[in-house]
Amino acid sequence: MNCIIIDDEAAARAVVSQLCTKVPELDVIEAFDNAIDAIKFLNQQTIDVIFLDIHMPGFSGFDFVQTLKNPPKIVLITSDTNFAIEAYEYEAIVDYLVKPIGLERFEKSIQKIKNSTIRPVATNNGEAHESKEDLYINIDRRLIKLKLNDIQLIEAKGDYIEVKTDTETYRVHNTLKKIKEKLPEKTFLQIHRSYIINFTKIIDIEDNSVLIEKNVVPISRSNRPELMRRLNLL
Amino acid sequence: MEETPNLTYVKNLAGDDLAFEKKFISIIKDEFPVEMATYLDHIKYDEPRAAAEIVHKLKHKFNILSMEQAYSFAVTYEERLQLGDMKMDLDFRKLLDTITSYLKTI
Repeated sequence: MNCIIIDDEAAARAVVSQLCTKVPELDVIEAFDNAIDAIKFLNQQTIDVIFLDIHMPGFSGFDFVQTLKNPPKIVLITSDTNFAIEAYEYEAIVDYLVKPIGLERFEKSIQKIKNSTIRPVATNNGEAHESKEDLYINIDRRLIKLKLNDIQLIEAKGDYIEVKTDTETYRVHNTLKKIKEKLPEKTFLQIHRSYIINFTKIIDIEDNSVLIEKNVVPISRSNRPELMRRLNLL
Repeated sequence: MEETPNLTYVKNLAGDDLAFEKKFISIIKDEFPVEMATYLDHIKYDEPRAAAEIVHKLKHKFNILSMEQAYSFAVTYEERLQLGDMKMDLDFRKLLDTITSYLKTI
């Protein structure tokens, strides 16, 4: 079984790597000190098992798991047993190791990996609206046609939403939830409670914000994994 | 809190792999002072939550060096720091000093 290790602490990576040497079936392909590099790697290579630290700065182990479209088997590694319940909500997570990890417990984990089967994670490809190219918005009893490709982002503002296009901003009495249902999921993505962005208009992403034309839009922690999953990272 | 760091866990992990043991000690010797300095900086600049993040890492070193009481202390301290309470800093520093001294001997 090919595996990778993701942990921001060098000592922790060394521990897991050493434990892997005790199990002949395991082959450590790579060890990463952050989740982003691991995501890039997984875009290129298929592996069987990930040993994953939960507690990492910026991008937690759970954030990471959510970015994986077809995750391999994952063993979580942490010092905090409070995460156990959340861990088992993810189909791909087959075990949960608490630091410091002993060889005996590690071997049990490998046995669990061998015994486990993972169902593919259901994904929503958002085919429903993809044939539509326009969106009509109601402003002062006028139906105004907007080309979906021209929309940069939509921001919730109390009882209203603001639809920013390449040329104008429209204030519409509606909700973000309603407009989201009318937008193609392939192009539009909610990245914050108050923002939906046109994915094709992203200029750059820095820390917890996205630049759409001249607008800096915050990314919420819960929406970040989906955004990262969609990026074609080099 | 009188507790002496030791290499029991590391030696168990290494078995007869002396190269690993040597490499691992080297990693701890490199990583620990950096984490400790980061911790001290966060305390100096009154950043308890950032300090909690690094205490989270440092407590794993306590684990690795078989310091169970120190580990429990760090768990509590991390929780207090998350709430903005830095009062356990002095006792925590004593633990860090103990490890610093120990790492010079191995």
